[in-house]
Amino acid sequence: MSREDYEVVIGLEVHAELSTKTKIFCSCPTEFGGEPNTHCCPICMAMPGTLPVLNEKVVEYAVKAGLATNCEISRDSKNDRKNYFYPDLPKSYQISQFDKPLCEKGYVEIEDKDGQKKKIRLTRIHIEEDAGKLNHDEFGGGSLVDLNRAGVPLIEIVSEPDISSSDEAEKYLRKLKSILEYIEVSDCKMQEGSFRADVNVSIRKKGDKKLGTRTEMKNMNSFRSIVRGIEYEIDRQIDVLEAGGKIEQETLRWDDVSGRTFSMRDKEDAQDYRYFPEPDLVAIRLSDEYIEKIKNTLPELPESRKQRYLEKYNLTEREANLITASKYLSNLFEETVGKTNNPKAVCNWILSDISRILNEKEMEPNEIPFSADNLAELIKLIEKGTISSAIAKKVLEELFENPKEPSKIIEEKGWIQISDEGAIKEIVLKILEENPQSVQDYKGGKDKAIGFLVGQAMKQTKGKANPQMLNKMFVDEINKM
Amino acid sequence: MEIYELTVHELLEKLDKKEITKEEVLTSYQNRIEEKEKDVQAFITITDKEAKEQLKKIEEEENTSKLAGIPIGIKDNICTKGVKTTCASRMLENFVSPYDATVIEKINNERLISLGKLNMDEFAMGGSTEHSYFKKTKNPWNLNKVPGGSSGGSAAAVAAGLVPWALGSDTGGSVRQPAAFCGVVGLKPTYGLISRYGLVAFASSLDQIGTLTKDVEDAAILLNIIAGHDEKDTTSANREKIDYTKCLKNDVKGLKIGIPKQYFGDGINSEVKDAINEVIKQYEKMGATVEECSLDVADYALATYYIIACAEASSNLGRFDGIRYGYRTKDFSDLKDLYKNSRSEGFGEEVKRRIILGTYVLSSGYYDAYYKKAQQVRTLVKNEFENNFKKYDVILTPTSPNVAFDIGSKIDNPLEMYLSDVCTVPVNIAGLPAISIPCGVNSEGMPIGFQLIGNRFEETTILNAAYAYEKERKFRQNYKPEFKK
Repeated sequence: MSREDYEVVIGLEVHAELSTKTKIFCSCPTEFGGEPNTHCCPICMAMPGTLPVLNEKVVEYAVKAGLATNCEISRDSKNDRKNYFYPDLPKSYQISQFDKPLCEKGYVEIEDKDGQKKKIRLTRIHIEEDAGKLNHDEFGGGSLVDLNRAGVPLIEIVSEPDISSSDEAEKYLRKLKSILEYIEVSDCKMQEGSFRADVNVSIRKKGDKKLGTRTEMKNMNSFRSIVRGIEYEIDRQIDVLEAGGKIEQETLRWDDVSGRTFSMRDKEDAQDYRYFPEPDLVAIRLSDEYIEKIKNTLPELPESRKQRYLEKYNLTEREANLITASKYLSNLFEETVGKTNNPKAVCNWILSDISRILNEKEMEPNEIPFSADNLAELIKLIEKGTISSAIAKKVLEELFENPKEPSKIIEEKGWIQISDEGAIKEIVLKILEENPQSVQDYKGGKDKAIGFLVGQAMKQTKGKANPQMLNKMFVDEINKM
Repeated sequence: MEIYELTVHELLEKLDKKEITKEEVLTSYQNRIEEKEKDVQAFITITDKEAKEQLKKIEEEENTSKLAGIPIGIKDNICTKGVKTTCASRMLENFVSPYDATVIEKINNERLISLGKLNMDEFAMGGSTEHSYFKKTKNPWNLNKVPGGSSGGSAAAVAAGLVPWALGSDTGGSVRQPAAFCGVVGLKPTYGLISRYGLVAFASSLDQIGTLTKDVEDAAILLNIIAGHDEKDTTSANREKIDYTKCLKNDVKGLKIGIPKQYFGDGINSEVKDAINEVIKQYEKMGATVEECSLDVADYALATYYIIACAEASSNLGRFDGIRYGYRTKDFSDLKDLYKNSRSEGFGEEVKRRIILGTYVLSSGYYDAYYKKAQQVRTLVKNEFENNFKKYDVILTPTSPNVAFDIGSKIDNPLEMYLSDVCTVPVNIAGLPAISIPCGVNSEGMPIGFQLIGNRFEETTILNAAYAYEKERKFRQNYKPEFKK
């Protein structure tokens, strides 16, 4: 049997760090980085006698996330303790939510491989605290505990097993990430671990009703490794079944370097977390008015922006999808369009050159150093013929390195396009003189020869000559000859 | 009368009239500690020098607090910045808290002077203070007897005149039972009246800081200082502040008292029963109506208590893992050993017994049968009290089924030790306020206490009822601890 005979079932548990200023149960800053153990206090260090106080912003952000993903918001919710021992968990329990999460029964819409809309259902969204971090000490051979992250608020978003390929998993995660960015509850910086996923994968023969045994890959924090990990697990599980084996329920670690998964613990080692209601915190009761108020603060979500782009700006479905996937790109797009009135050009710049440079530099869209004003000016300079698009690309590279007004850049670099007819003519005559063969070719019917001549002229002027003018003048001059 | 024999309100009066000085007060108590501590063994840490320095500071500044300079003793599970907080455990033998508990901030604001940290059962688990890692505190009435527990150091210190009053904590009777054993007044306020911030948690949903004082008026004064909402403790109640001394009206005419028949059965010592019957007669004489009532679920309260308390304790004590502070074993080769050996060596027998019990009742497969069932019974206990409070203003019971027992006599029988909590634990389960007042001594001269339970936040009612009784029977004037050897 082959891969086509199997059906893949994937469920995702996403942890997103909330971008509140302070931690979930104390007033320490949530800021990333900092010297070890400088963003902590007796409460998040679990000194004896300390008590947690729930940060109201955390509830607000989680409710926002729930509303943006079509969840039902619980009017009556509570915190629970999840007990286990680990040096990065100072209280020896994590305050989380067990049987009464803040949000339940939501969904996120994606497009499947045939372009059809597909709802990925969310089981729940709950709030909890992050643990600290262990730094393995290269000097003493021991481990050092850093509690700066301990108590940073998280939401855990649990999906139903509705995802049936690595492609859908990626689309779902990208959608979720963009929603959280839009509503500004998480900065979703994957490399800092503020958006990470536990991936559950199982397979079953097509037509089987019963779900297969699942394995779980923990703490994945890049789209690429998630896709690779899922693909690897599918292949591995099929191989096991095809060889007559059985899938073991186990927790796996994905290793990006070797491109395979390793077992962390099997079902036998499964922890008994001894969940019970957190007695140090009172129940969370939310009124209808409270929820309504939060609903009214929700910004426009990607789906709705996309529709607007299709209708108002005539973008293609693909373009609108790509632009709205990132709030920052989408904002940059809208702002620049507002200043140029040239949506197509703005879209092209964002999706081609800007995206390419972001990729090369491994930057997130929110790290783009220049403003919409800069991009708008750049586009206008092309429209006016002040620079060629070849020069514009160089200006864009410069904007990433040393952002300032594009007009200043081209002035400083001497990149202003030569559009003066006399100057152009001078160049054209010089090139024609140097390339008699091309003149012959053109006269003999080879239109392409003009392209060569223009290229030569551009080379000599270091790309500054106006290509349209060159083109026209070459034709005119040869015809005169 | 010696200064150390005076109540705080008497001290305040004399200070006000300039009959005594703050320095004389401090010296009197410090001399008394010097004289009697070797017999009583109430303290884990004595802050002699710090107290003197504090007095000096108080005398230099312009005070607005009328309580400035009054000494106090603190149970050693309440965090004090700069002074060890050991919880009477090897685990925290050298632990110094980086912050003050909210109650400590409050007594510091009033410029009270702490004389030191008082002995207790390890992590407040026990009823005799024998489960202290450091020492066994003796009952000042008879040094061969236990002072009760877990706030045994606090009760013994107040009874022996080592401190004028003390803070304790009460999870299942840990203020009231030692108060009864030592012949002092023990108040456990309503759950939520006093911030728990800085009280090292035993069972979070049951723990409440309480007071041990020489009389009811002092209890009201100390309650005035420590009660009140604290934003650091979300389980603390946000209520209007009241002056508890104003409720001491010495008038119980028309007060309706319920006597639950369950607390006069076989398990109760006959001398205790007789003493309580005398109390009932006294209240009737003073114009209160006394009626038998029923607390059926009381039979289940003890089991419920031990399930909930141990479950919470097993989680609360997880942080003592040898990683960040406290005891760490020398003997480990990996993380698992580090945890196992630090906790095995750092905790005493009783603490380990309760951690294991609590871990068991929360385990998957047992949770529903134990923890969940216990929470359901808890609701029933609350409801039954609520129903009783529709008819009665207060409920009166013995504080403990027995008087103070011999040191060592129950240490090997935890179940029997747990039974001495039978009258006090339902109050914690329901989160109610209760006070223990001494009402006589038995044939051996050991104090007997009775308990008044009030409805939620009805501290005023029980304080007034206790005050009226005390005014009539004058226990303190009639009996004194003899330090019998």
